[in-house]
Amino acid sequence: MPKRTDIKKILIIGSGPIVIGQACEFDYSGTQACKVLKEEGYEVVLVNNNPATIMTDPELAFRTYIEPLTLPILEKIIEKERPQALLPTLGGQTGLNLATSLADSGILDQYGVELIGAPLKSIKLSEQRELFKKAMTQIGLEVPRSGIVKSIDEAKILARRLGYPLVIRPSFTLGGSGGGIAYNLEELKRIVMMGLDLSPVKTILIEESVIGWKEYELEVMRDKKDNVVIICSIENLDPMGIHTGDSITVAPAQTLTDKEYQRMRDAAIKIIRQIGVETGGSNIQFAINPDSGRLLVIEMNPRVSRSSALASKATGFPIAKIAAKLAVGYNLDEIPNDITKKTPACFEPALDYVVVKIPRFTFDKFPEASTVLSTQMKSVGEAMAIGRNFKEALQKGLRSLEAGYSGLTDSTETKDKTIEEIRKRLIVPDRERVIYLKKGFELGISVDEAYHLTKIDKWFLSQIKEIVDLEKELKEYKKESFDLFEKGYKKTRLEIPSGLLQKAKKFGFSDKQLSSLLGLDEDLIRRKRKSSGIVPVFKTVDTCAGEFESYTPYFYSTYEEEDEGRYSEKKKIIILGTGPNRIGQGIEFDYASVHACMAFKDEEFETIMVNCNPETVSTDYDTPDRLYFEPITKEDVLNIIEKEKPFGVAVQFGGQTPLKLALDLEKAGVNIIGTSPENIDLAEDRKKFGRLVEKLGIPQPPNRFIIHSEKAKISATQLGYPVLIRPSYVLGGQAMQIVYDENSLDAYIKKAKEVSPEHPILMDKFIEDAIEVEVDAVSDGEETFIGGIMEHIEEAGIHSGDSSCVLPPYSLSEEEIQKIEEYTRVISKELKTIGLLNIQYAIKNEQVYLLEVNPRASRTVPFVSKSIGIPLAKLAAKVMVGRKLKEFLPQKLPRINHVSVKVPVFPFIKFSEVDFLLSPQMKSTGESMGIDKDLGKAFAKAYIGPSQFSGLPKTGTVFISVKNKDKRGVVFLAKRLESLGFRIVATSGTARVLTNSGIKVEQIYKVKEGRPNIVDRLKNKEIDLVINTPSDGTSHIDSFSIRRSAIEYNIPCITTLSGAQAAINAIEGLLKEELEVKALQEYF
Amino acid sequence: MKAILALEDGKVFEGRGFGAVGESSGEVVFNTSMMGYQEILTDPSYNGQIVVMTYPLIGNYGLNEEDFESRAPFVKGFVVKEHSTFPSNWRSQFNLDEFLKQYNIVGIEDIDTRSLTLHLRNYGAKKGVISSVDPDKNRLVQKAKDSPSIVGKDLVSEITASAEFRWEGKTQVKPEGTFKVIAYDFGIKHNILKKLCSYGCEVTVVPAFTPAEDIIFRKPDGIFLSNGPGDPEAVSYAIKTVRRMIGLRPIFGICLGHQILALALGAKTFKLKFGHHGANHPVKNLITGKIEITSQNHGFAVEEGSLKSAGLVLTHLNLNDNTVEGMRHEDYPLFSVQYHPEASPGPHDSDYLFERFVELMVKGK
Ligand SMILES: Nc1ncnc2c1ncn2[C@@H]1O[C@H](COP(=O)(O)OP(=O)(O)O)[C@@H](O)[C@H]1O
Ligand SMILES: Nc1ncnc2c1ncn2[C@@H]1O[C@H](COP(=O)(O)OP(=O)(O)O)[C@@H](O)[C@H]1O
Ligand SMILES: [Mg+2]
Ligand SMILES: [Mg+2]
Repeated sequence: MPKRTDIKKILIIGSGPIVIGQACEFDYSGTQACKVLKEEGYEVVLVNNNPATIMTDPELAFRTYIEPLTLPILEKIIEKERPQALLPTLGGQTGLNLATSLADSGILDQYGVELIGAPLKSIKLSEQRELFKKAMTQIGLEVPRSGIVKSIDEAKILARRLGYPLVIRPSFTLGGSGGGIAYNLEELKRIVMMGLDLSPVKTILIEESVIGWKEYELEVMRDKKDNVVIICSIENLDPMGIHTGDSITVAPAQTLTDKEYQRMRDAAIKIIRQIGVETGGSNIQFAINPDSGRLLVIEMNPRVSRSSALASKATGFPIAKIAAKLAVGYNLDEIPNDITKKTPACFEPALDYVVVKIPRFTFDKFPEASTVLSTQMKSVGEAMAIGRNFKEALQKGLRSLEAGYSGLTDSTETKDKTIEEIRKRLIVPDRERVIYLKKGFELGISVDEAYHLTKIDKWFLSQIKEIVDLEKELKEYKKESFDLFEKGYKKTRLEIPSGLLQKAKKFGFSDKQLSSLLGLDEDLIRRKRKSSGIVPVFKTVDTCAGEFESYTPYFYSTYEEEDEGRYSEKKKIIILGTGPNRIGQGIEFDYASVHACMAFKDEEFETIMVNCNPETVSTDYDTPDRLYFEPITKEDVLNIIEKEKPFGVAVQFGGQTPLKLALDLEKAGVNIIGTSPENIDLAEDRKKFGRLVEKLGIPQPPNRFIIHSEKAKISATQLGYPVLIRPSYVLGGQAMQIVYDENSLDAYIKKAKEVSPEHPILMDKFIEDAIEVEVDAVSDGEETFIGGIMEHIEEAGIHSGDSSCVLPPYSLSEEEIQKIEEYTRVISKELKTIGLLNIQYAIKNEQVYLLEVNPRASRTVPFVSKSIGIPLAKLAAKVMVGRKLKEFLPQKLPRINHVSVKVPVFPFIKFSEVDFLLSPQMKSTGESMGIDKDLGKAFAKAYIGPSQFSGLPKTGTVFISVKNKDKRGVVFLAKRLESLGFRIVATSGTARVLTNSGIKVEQIYKVKEGRPNIVDRLKNKEIDLVINTPSDGTSHIDSFSIRRSAIEYNIPCITTLSGAQAAINAIEGLLKEELEVKALQEYF
Repeated sequence: MKAILALEDGKVFEGRGFGAVGESSGEVVFNTSMMGYQEILTDPSYNGQIVVMTYPLIGNYGLNEEDFESRAPFVKGFVVKEHSTFPSNWRSQFNLDEFLKQYNIVGIEDIDTRSLTLHLRNYGAKKGVISSVDPDKNRLVQKAKDSPSIVGKDLVSEITASAEFRWEGKTQVKPEGTFKVIAYDFGIKHNILKKLCSYGCEVTVVPAFTPAEDIIFRKPDGIFLSNGPGDPEAVSYAIKTVRRMIGLRPIFGICLGHQILALALGAKTFKLKFGHHGANHPVKNLITGKIEITSQNHGFAVEEGSLKSAGLVLTHLNLNDNTVEGMRHEDYPLFSVQYHPEASPGPHDSDYLFERFVELMVKGK
């Protein structure tokens, strides 16, 4: 069937801010869908409040609404735009849930909007586990045995029937929170109690555990004609019991015979038919008993997912794009395969390589969080690697993670572990399990024993062991050379045979890894390797294992004979991407990379993208002219450069990852375009830069460099407490801390382990109660364009990534703004900036202090670009190739008559042990944006964004409990709340202060004082807003449980007075006038 | 142990030998299935061919007694990127290396199989030699040149059953009863027999050279023409046999059986550049308009232009290259497909064809 002509306008709902379990893969899928629907002539109306997405670029849709993802707002948009259809399957769980609510509430019917892709019935069948299980049984498929319980007693009875361990899933909680695995009665009681507590319907599902079974996923597509194809099979290296998002996964499946695979394929086809997903992609998860092959169905997601993004990148088959086409009526055989052009999309990709995906965790940000992996996802990102064997792909993947591994190496944790410790760590799945496995094999654990401990399939184990065995062989060459040396021989080095070197490269060993194994310099290894002709070749990802000619240049490296590069003679630019998402370096940098790519294309360069993050738009083969799915390391990047011979390499868009390579690449003779590597280094090196800033006469917080731990105390006394301390050269405020006294300083120094001239500690005077300001600018070497000055709502000391910010500034004086602009220009000039520049300032007593300069794209570039309607990253790319700002910017910039607010989103819900505390360490995973005509409304809109918050209340009860320092400041806020009609409750200390000021307060118990206490009240949803400022930024048991409950029960919780003030302004705004919607296209 | 794969056009790949030590020649073809190497190794249609697996890791799940598609492997050689020495699967009984050794099949690994595949795709299937005994590349190229071509060669007579036998599988009794089927063995795969049984057939397998008279006189409910290796025109005796049975009993042909049926009716066949060998080929059923993902393994195909004058109607079309994938006769109760509805390895989308055969037999009873 050709495409539908009865539909003209289609609504797409995005997935909102990045959270754990829902990341930039939905920008990738949404962007594909928008592009394709636009190409097909449809008008797309897009709603998403995540500004860091490509999909919210105004060119991609007919109307782009950066508006809160709530029913009332969506209804307004529907009423205004009158779309004929809603495509619910591309915006992750958020998009799907909203679509369901819109349907349930009758809004879709009222405005005549048709759900295309998946009908409501199918969404419900797959989303409600009980219904799903029933549906599976009807078609003769097995599911884990289970039951629904409403009490502990029922749970106990059921447990006796099913046997331990048990998987517990509370119904309708956010992100599956409150679930877990119980190994015994005690744990069962605890988890069931918590689960019942959290579940709004007070029911939980208890399921037979199949921990240790093999876990598989199939990506399935179906069209209106009921043609069904499997795009990709994915085998989890980590067995059942570890969320697929946290598992190392491999495509295609490795250890199934055709018989077993086909049985799974048949089941998948039956399932998609039974559930009735009409068109598009679905993800189906299976468990297989490793001893008998018994097959169980675990779940189905009737939408594109993280796994389908992975499958798209792993196979070259663009699932989201095809899903969008199917939704508007095409059939699979009517859509050509982009890559082969000649064959249709109705086929099943054949791979002739192995794909490994490895999750990226950020437990370093949450030291209190348990690192044990379970059925709830904890990772924040992932890296994917392609190789011609598993060993190569695994090692490439590990070095792609940028987590300190140059391959399958030891980590700081495993280095000195004994075999006993290793065994213990293998039994309980942890984030570094493959690294522990490596160490275990090294210490003599056998494959059988490793299997016994981990239940990881022996095939994978034996592959890992092969790497370890080869490593042992390689190490021999280090040892012997050393022996010879001892004996005083002249010849100190035993040459490693080139055959062995070749084998090591085929096994995926990096030069860096070899360098430490052989005790040779990395560059020396590279030279030696090249002189022996051991260089990688690039192969194509072509969907068909070479059966047909392919036209899409999508490459990966391997050590084999034939290179398929077909390198052009055109002028080219390589853009280095950002690698796996992590806290502090996420989708914003992919956004900038994609924009740079578009701009370089505009300037008629051939664009080449290097990245290893499968969730991104940058790794869509449609984005650059040529795509290399490779780790972003010096070795891997140089390999590409040597083949492509580009005009230049752009390092400033992908964040810290490529920036760090700048000097090395330049040393290797590469032309780094934009700000020079020397100046990048100057800006990054806090010591050198500090001196420069001093010379320029720009105020900065007084600071000291500590290279001996004994000096720390003296320096701190000189600067005066509090001081801010941190190691040098980090992003995202790693290991940064505000220290208020000598004791805490001692503790920090002790933890830092090493303080030396190579590893100095930086100590800054901490400027208390200062306003933080962030600037994004672009410079062409002559002129500097200040894109935006953002004023933070929270004071300096809370990481810029974790602060809410406002553009334009709302409380700064003309002089302050002028100073900021002046300093920015001076610094930009001094660094001879060409391209992007991000600066953070702190303002106190009208004094503007410089905090930090980043000579690169920043987290706020997309936010600023969308607020002012000028794409900064594109401008930057253009000036980097010689264009001038004045060619693009109007003489006088239009005045902006609206306010934009960005509010961060935190992953605390996923880490039950972690307190909601803001600090100079960044913890947020994403952000939402609100735009409106005044600050209050813009803030109110942005604050609805974070999915854990339902937004600010208009009436109800506010709980206030603040630290002593804030007691005076809170009075005013409480008064305003009272006058807005809120009831106020407080714990004793705060209550006393408020009562004394004549405010009517109900005093309630703290947790240990009696019952019902504040936590009871929170759980009963009797509180609508929490204002709780923790003292000294440290966790206290009592206030911890308040904040924790607020998070778990989805009650807005504000932890700073400045934040509270903004929230109250916003509530005022909300009460005055209803929120209205306005598309980006109407603003500019 | 070093090994060499040499092609007749002078292209040489150096790798490591595994499986049997020795030398072997055949037509080199690539297969794109990511699983199912055991079924491929034991598919008699590969008689005369050296098979290159495009998926790089082969042997991961071992081999077992259940998944044989015939009594033994028939490939002339096996080419992989990396064979697994540590198979893992609950049904695994042997590892690949042992298996090939046992059946005296020469294997080569650690060559750039993708490069080889692209070469075969661009220049067509080639005669080749794998050797782990002769290190002289030039000599091996010459040996490849001198080896017999599969065009015009009868590869069926080498492998067909030496005497007729009754397939022992358990027949599923259908409401319509059971059906007596005679299956001509041109290199039949076990899964075809199993499938026929599961659809109510009692199958007697007969050698390829069994004369038509012997069959007609036994009045079977249906006649099945199996898959098999090589050039259909070279199996002239079978073409003649089939010609005499047309219209007498329902006939169902698969792969070589389909080509022989076409030739028997007067249609023509031709050699494809590098054939179809894999488990992901989209085939459109022109009657229902639906797409089946099919398992394929053939180097020759029926010419579409020759169907009409032979009284044949095109029923299935390959969407990748628009070649004939299935046909039926305008008048006679017979149909056939080029691909493998019995799968093994591959998807089960085309299972319904066995049902179709049963329907024809019901009508014919
Ligand atoms: N019955 C079970 N026994 C053991 N592990 C399970 C069971 N069910 C699910 N899991 C594990 O929990 C993970 C998450 O479960 P899943 O049903 O896929 O929920 P989600 O919606 O979070 O993806 C799975 O990837 C699997 O590893
Ligand atoms: N001297 C200081 N006084 C007060 N706050 C500071 C000071 N230095 C840094 N900060 C706070 O710490 C946060 C992180 O510091 P920054 O230097 O920007 O590191 P990062 O590289 O992590 O962005 C800043 O956003 C700011 O809130
Ligand atoms: Mg899941
Ligand atoms: Mg900063």
